[in-house]
Amino acid sequence: MIPPTIQVLIPSQLTSYTDGATRVTAEGTTVAGVLDDLNRRFPGLKFRVVDEQDRVRKHMRIFVDQDRAPDVRLAVREGQEVLIFGALSGG
Amino acid sequence: MSNAIQLLVGTRKGAWIFRSDARRQTWRVQGPIFLGHIVNHLVLDPRDGETLLMAAKTGHLGPTIFRSGDEGQTWTEAARPPAFPKTEGDRGRAVDHTFWLSPGHASEPGVWWAGASPPGLFVSQDGGASWDSVAGFNDHPMYWKWCPADGGTPDGALLNQILIDPRDAAHMYIATSTGGVFESRDRAQSWAPLNKNVEANFFPDPYPEYGQDAHYIALAPTNPDRIWQQNHCGVYRLDRPSDTWERIGKAMPAEIGDIGFTIVPHPRHAETAWVFPMDGTEVWPRTSPGGRPAVYRTRDGGASWARQDGGLPGEQAWFTVKRQAFCADQADPLGLYFGATNGEVWMSDDEGEDWRLVARHLPEIYSVSAAPL
Repeated sequence: MIPPTIQVLIPSQLTSYTDGATRVTAEGTTVAGVLDDLNRRFPGLKFRVVDEQDRVRKHMRIFVDQDRAPDVRLAVREGQEVLIFGALSGG
Repeated sequence: MSNAIQLLVGTRKGAWIFRSDARRQTWRVQGPIFLGHIVNHLVLDPRDGETLLMAAKTGHLGPTIFRSGDEGQTWTEAARPPAFPKTEGDRGRAVDHTFWLSPGHASEPGVWWAGASPPGLFVSQDGGASWDSVAGFNDHPMYWKWCPADGGTPDGALLNQILIDPRDAAHMYIATSTGGVFESRDRAQSWAPLNKNVEANFFPDPYPEYGQDAHYIALAPTNPDRIWQQNHCGVYRLDRPSDTWERIGKAMPAEIGDIGFTIVPHPRHAETAWVFPMDGTEVWPRTSPGGRPAVYRTRDGGASWARQDGGLPGEQAWFTVKRQAFCADQADPLGLYFGATNGEVWMSDDEGEDWRLVARHLPEIYSVSAAPL
């Protein structure tokens, strides 16, 4: 089965990895799969968002459409959008 | 002979490199590099004189290592930054930040060691491109006793220094904020506490086997059997093979005390070292005592200390100097440098008697290291 293609919103904190792009596409059936696919194309990106235990970093937020992803195992399907934000990290 | 120096400065908001003329009178600035990144350490590899490694993260983004081989003009991110092994369940550790970088032994080009928060020891065999967790410490049966999850500094518990005996690549020391100092004689495969007679006044037994907060340790370059330590609870010296530290900070003036973050040995004189005291009284302001910053120098192994504050503010200056933000160069006459929490970089070229500004208005400074140009 071909994994679905997902639209991904890239925050400003990560555009150094995507050559400035703020919207990219990736393939995957879960948030983790989408991040893995992004990391293949933009090496290093995933570890800055998710730690080595697959936990989303404290000041990063991941949403699938309108809903915050509680963890990276959340399934995604064709037509959905994954939104990555940097949020509230202090001064 | 040129005494041209490059100063590598890591701050809470990026890195800067200052390069001097041959007399260390004028400085050219390069930076900011990675503006907005929290840079805990920026180090030049003394073995090749050109590879720079930087430990960085941001408020949002996870920790990584950047490398440069062209004087900081371009940088490449490590393919595999320091990280703990993946663990099932929810107790798995994750590196919050890499705090300290040590080039490996002179006989092991390409080897680097890294210390992290939470306390973790990592090694690279390929010049910092990929890093492995060092099981000998990170998975030691005593790890959770030496590094309890609730211990640590306001920025988290630290493995904050890694020292390698210049005579023996297998002989290492590390310092932690939760367990004190540890020694390995088998290249990091096994470790033992080395804290005898070092105070930890925040425990019922103030002289435990481990649990001390070793702010900074340094080997005397001309006598690697001598270890200097600025601890949370005073200034100490250890002369191997003894395993019992001596609290040399007791010879400091009582009104100054012997609390601080850092200590710098003289590169050529094993009896000489400098500390930068801070206020560790009552609620621990961690500022220059009385608002009058000064370094204190010993020339007799810590038996006596002399105040040196020429050129430093005489009043109302409340900065301090963090662990890896005070260093010496190798030049003659010796240069001393510190970066302060208020974003100023100061230098002395007369062994600490007189100080002058190299830079000001930088973000809070976390690290300063000096290397020949």
